Formats: sequence, structure tokens, C-alpha cells
Amino acid sequence: MGWKMWALKKSPWVFHVNTGACNNCDIEILELLTPRFDVERFGIRLVGTPRHADALVVTGVVTRQAAPRLKEVYRQTPKPCVVFAIGACACSMGIFKEGYHVAGPVDKVIREEDPNAIILYIPGCPPKPEAMILGVVKALSLL
Amino acid sequence: MIDMLAELRTSHGSRILGAEHGSPRQTFVTVSDSDAPTIARHISEKMGGRLVTITGLDTPDGIELLYHFAFDANHSLLTLKTRVKKPDPRILSLAPHLPGAEWIEREIHDLLGVVFEGHPRLERLILADDWPAGVHPLRKDEQQ
Amino acid sequence: MRKTTLIPIGPYHPLQEEAEFFQLYVEGEKVVDMDVRLSYNHRGIERLSESMTFDQVPFLVERVCGICSASHPLAYIQAVEDIAGVKVPERALYLRTLVNELERIHSHVLWVGLAGHFIGYNTVWMWAWKYREPILDLLEKTTGSRINYANAMIGGCRRDISNDLMPLIIKEMDELAGHMDMLTKAILDDPVLHARLKGVGVLSKADAIRYCVTGPTARASGVAIDVRRDDPYAAYELVEWKIITQETGDVFAKAVVRLLETFESIKIVKQCAAKIPGGPIAVEVREIPPGEAVGHVEAPRGETFHYVRSDGTNRPVRHKIRAPSYVNVPSFKASCIGATISDVAITMAAVDPCYSCTERMAVVDRGSRKRLYTGEELIRLSEDKTRRMREEAGI
Repeated sequence: MGWKMWALKKSPWVFHVNTGACNNCDIEILELLTPRFDVERFGIRLVGTPRHADALVVTGVVTRQAAPRLKEVYRQTPKPCVVFAIGACACSMGIFKEGYHVAGPVDKVIREEDPNAIILYIPGCPPKPEAMILGVVKALSLL
Repeated sequence: MIDMLAELRTSHGSRILGAEHGSPRQTFVTVSDSDAPTIARHISEKMGGRLVTITGLDTPDGIELLYHFAFDANHSLLTLKTRVKKPDPRILSLAPHLPGAEWIEREIHDLLGVVFEGHPRLERLILADDWPAGVHPLRKDEQQ
Repeated sequence: MRKTTLIPIGPYHPLQEEAEFFQLYVEGEKVVDMDVRLSYNHRGIERLSESMTFDQVPFLVERVCGICSASHPLAYIQAVEDIAGVKVPERALYLRTLVNELERIHSHVLWVGLAGHFIGYNTVWMWAWKYREPILDLLEKTTGSRINYANAMIGGCRRDISNDLMPLIIKEMDELAGHMDMLTKAILDDPVLHARLKGVGVLSKADAIRYCVTGPTARASGVAIDVRRDDPYAAYELVEWKIITQETGDVFAKAVVRLLETFESIKIVKQCAAKIPGGPIAVEVREIPPGEAVGHVEAPRGETFHYVRSDGTNRPVRHKIRAPSYVNVPSFKASCIGATISDVAITMAAVDPCYSCTERMAVVDRGSRKRLYTGEELIRLSEDKTRRMREEAGI
């Protein structure tokens, strides 16, 4: 089944992974569930295990300790799946680029596991909830 | 406001190697590394000082350890400074007497390689599992 | 027989397969010991600081922890201002106080929501986060950003808040006070919440002192410390407010402290908005002489402490950062020993560790490392306990 068809039939269930983030992006992601933004009306749901996920929402620079865990989570997510790199850290490591304990950014680490991974970038520090929603909706339409 | 430095002088005056005031409420007192743990315990147990944290810093003359104490009711801060020699920096641990010091000392052990003798659990705390042993990121010679 | 249990603490989505971060050792239903691996979040910030100039560092430390985003830069900036002997203009002191108190409010309200979620009161969670939104909007209107305000700088503040906005700030605070009043009563008057949270996760005063804890975690155990009073900074000496303490040290006490502190913060913000004087918002600081100093502030979670050493160049020689969770989280060992598994989630949450810390927690047996519960199941255990209590109370 093509991604597009499947996305139309079932809105994405999303698993959130924090790979060494400052929490800003994570809290803003959670805000998407609260009444003001309420992304459940788009059918977007946060699930408790990668095995049920269609998409991974990843925050953080991917620290050295978190890198193997991120790959493991990606392995467990059924394919096809999409990886959203949320925030400056996940997209490019941002201000932590020169750190001695960073292994990221997200695309580099995921591509070590799967060179053909589908990765979408939502930059910002943190991206506003509206930007995240826009990013996700745009991604669904592109794919 | 009680002068905590004066208090310390009455009990340990002979061990104080130097003292400086930063701003009026901040004092920095230098002692030897063999005296530092005893005096730190004294500040914590007898003078009512709250251990805030310990800063470790690498210098050419050894690794400096700064024990930062807050005297909340007295509105003042006192830092006890000492230095341990390289290549085998070690000092008595505060952790057996003050659980609050456990993580603080473990972090310095990770990042600077200081051994805190008597620490109940001096295992890796913040560096990754695959980080090479013996490499301490805050040592100046590790930095390119 | 020893059991192992996995408790990832964090709303919803524990990383079940992720290697454990916090390890709680259990025997039967009771917790007996704790250890931790902090590595997942270690980004090497202190060393990064040494490669930046003094005025770049605030942008770095804002991102140590997003919820305490205003506290870290201010503590650092105060340390540097101490080294340089800078006297900050009065208007800037009020601006700093205003933003930092708005941060405390949004952080405490966030916590109320999370705590509600952990014990199965999801309505509380939704309400709390709904009332939090106007505060973030206010922060955006006044500083330009919902989070990561970058409002303070060495010598004062980077941006002014127009006096035209002050009446709006006061109005929003009044509205918030009304919502918080309703939420506070709903929580504090609920007999099931009393039964659920009182006596749970107790941190004794003696343990609070031995673990050197700070913030609401300390104040809920009768340790009356607060940097805003003990080493006043910004404008805290210029406005009226009181320290909130409780004596019992349990989860309920910690909730009471945070709820009542929110009202004190509302008072402080209103006074700042009303009393803020005119004048410049910054003095120019051209160089930082050699020296060393500490700077600390009362972040929402407790004392945030920075130490800075300068050698007269334009970069710090050493910058040490101690966030409040670093001393508060280990106290979980004392408050959790003897607790049952269904209470672990809320006991940990009561210490209010940084969210990114809370995602990774596990309860294991030293020997077998067998996993019995997922994180969701543990939060469900907590919810079940609440439900049982409600049934018993006939509600």
C-alpha cells in the first residue's frame, strides 16, 4: 500500500523520542494535544510504543548515549515510517554542534541505520506549535 | 550578618592559606587538599552551610576543587578552594557523610578524573557507555 | 521473590526499549534503592561555554533546560556582573523579575497538569495546560518568544517591555488568579486527592537537608530556603511577597507549595508591572576583568547556581552549571524508599525533575533485569489506585 493511500485512510500515530533535548520542543509537542491546538482532530495520536507508530517525532541533538537507542527505536517502528526531526537540535544540532558528547544530528544517526529513511525537518528553537502542525500536514500531503 | 570567614578562622584559622572577598556576600577561602574535606564537613555539619555544588577545574598546577556553600539564613556564600595534584588526583569523599555530594563528586570524576576516596558508588554518571575510559573532557590536555 | 519493573516517567510515551536511565531496585511491591545514568542529556555545555564569548553564553545556557529557560542565563549573568562590578539599572531589575516570575508561573502550572495526568485526573491536566497558554502568549507579547526569551544580558536587559503592555499584564494576571483559584480549590478540596497524595513520597526535613535539596522540594519539607529572600537579586527586595512552606514533605505538600507559590508570583508580577520605573534598561559593559564569582537564582524547581571564572580575556575560563534537579532528584532515593510501585510515578513527579530527565526511568532487579510493567501500565496502576479510592469514598 502506498504511503499516500495509507495516510488518507489512517492518520499518523506518532511516537515521541527525546534524544538529548532541553525540553522546549518536547513540551511544545505535548501542547499539541491540549485543547488549544488539539491535533487529535487531525487524527494524530501519540502512542506509547514505536511498534504502533507510523511516524517518529524526534527532538534533541542525539547525544552519544542516546544514538544507539534512537536506532533501536527506528528499527522497531514498522515500515514505511516517517521521521520528523523537530527543532534546531534535531535538524542540525544547533548551538550544540561542537559539543564533545553529541553524535547527531538526527538524519545522520538514522541514515546510519537506514540510508533511505524518510526524514522531514521542522526547524525552530523551539518551533511553535503552529509550525509543527503545518510541517506535519505539509508532509502528509507531499508524500 | 555573621562573618562566616571569621567563624571559620576561630575553628580552623591555622589551616586557612588565603581568603578573598568577591562581592560583600561572597567569600573564597583557600585550604590544602588534606584539610579541605574535614573543613567542608565542619561547614556542613557544624556551621549550617548547605553544600550547593563542587566545581572542578583543570589548571597547570593541578585540579582545583571549589566547594560552594550557602548560608541561607545568613545571606552569604562561602567557597572553599583547594587543589589536588596530577597525574593521580584524589581526595577524601564527602558522600559517606552527605548524600547530597554523591552525584556532584561522580560528575567531577567523569569529567576530570578525580578519585573521591571512600565514595560509595564512584561509577560513571554522565558520560556515555561507550565513552573511552581515562578520557576526561574537562581536562585542558583533552581539548584540541 | 524479586521482581523487576520498568517505570518510564513522562506523559504517555515511555521509551520501553530504551536502556534505563533511573534504576529503582524493588523487593516485592516496595522500592529499596536507586541509581541513575544521566548520560542521555549530556551535551557538554560547560565546555562549549569556554569556546564562546561572555555575551554569547546566555544563548547557550538558555537551552540547558527549556522550562527554566530564564533562570540559567540570569544566574550566569549575575555571576559575570559580580566579577565586573556592574550595577544594573533599576528598570532592568524589574524587567528581569517580571519575566522570571512569569516563567515560574508557567512552570508550576505545567507541573500541576502533569501531576494530574499521573494520578488519573486528566481533566486537571487539560485545564492546567489550557490556562497556561495565555501566560505563554503574554511572554511572547512581552519578550518576543513563548520560550527562550533571551531577555537578560550582561549589564541589564536586551529588550524593553513597553509601558503600554503593563495594564495588559495586570489584567492577564487577574484572570489567571481566578482560574488558579478554581483549580486550586478543586485539587485541594478533593478528599480522594487527600487520601491519594497525603503521606505519599515523604521527604523528611532531615533528609531534605542531607540531600541538600532546594526549591519547592525543600520548602514542602519545612526547609524554608528561597534564593529570592536569602540572597535577593533582581527586584525581589523591592516588592512584597512571602515564602510558602509546608511541613509534611509528602506529594500533597509539594503540590500545595507550588499552587500557593503561583499566587505569590502573580502578586509579584502585578507589583512589577505597577511599580516599574523609567530609565535605561542596560549599562554598557566593555570587558570582564580577571576574577571569579557565583550567581544563583530561584528557578521554578529550586536554586540554579552558576560559577564563572574569568582571566581577563573575552571568554570564560570555567563555567560551572548546577541545575536544581541535580540535587533534588537524588532525594527521590529517600522519598521513594519504602514506597509501593503504584506511588512511584507521582513521587518522582513531585520532585518535578526536568521533563527530559523524567522520560527515562526504570525499576529493575539487580539480578534478573526482567521487566514486568510498561510505563503506561505503571501510570495506569497509579490511576487505578485513585479510582479505587474514589469508589471507596463513594464518589
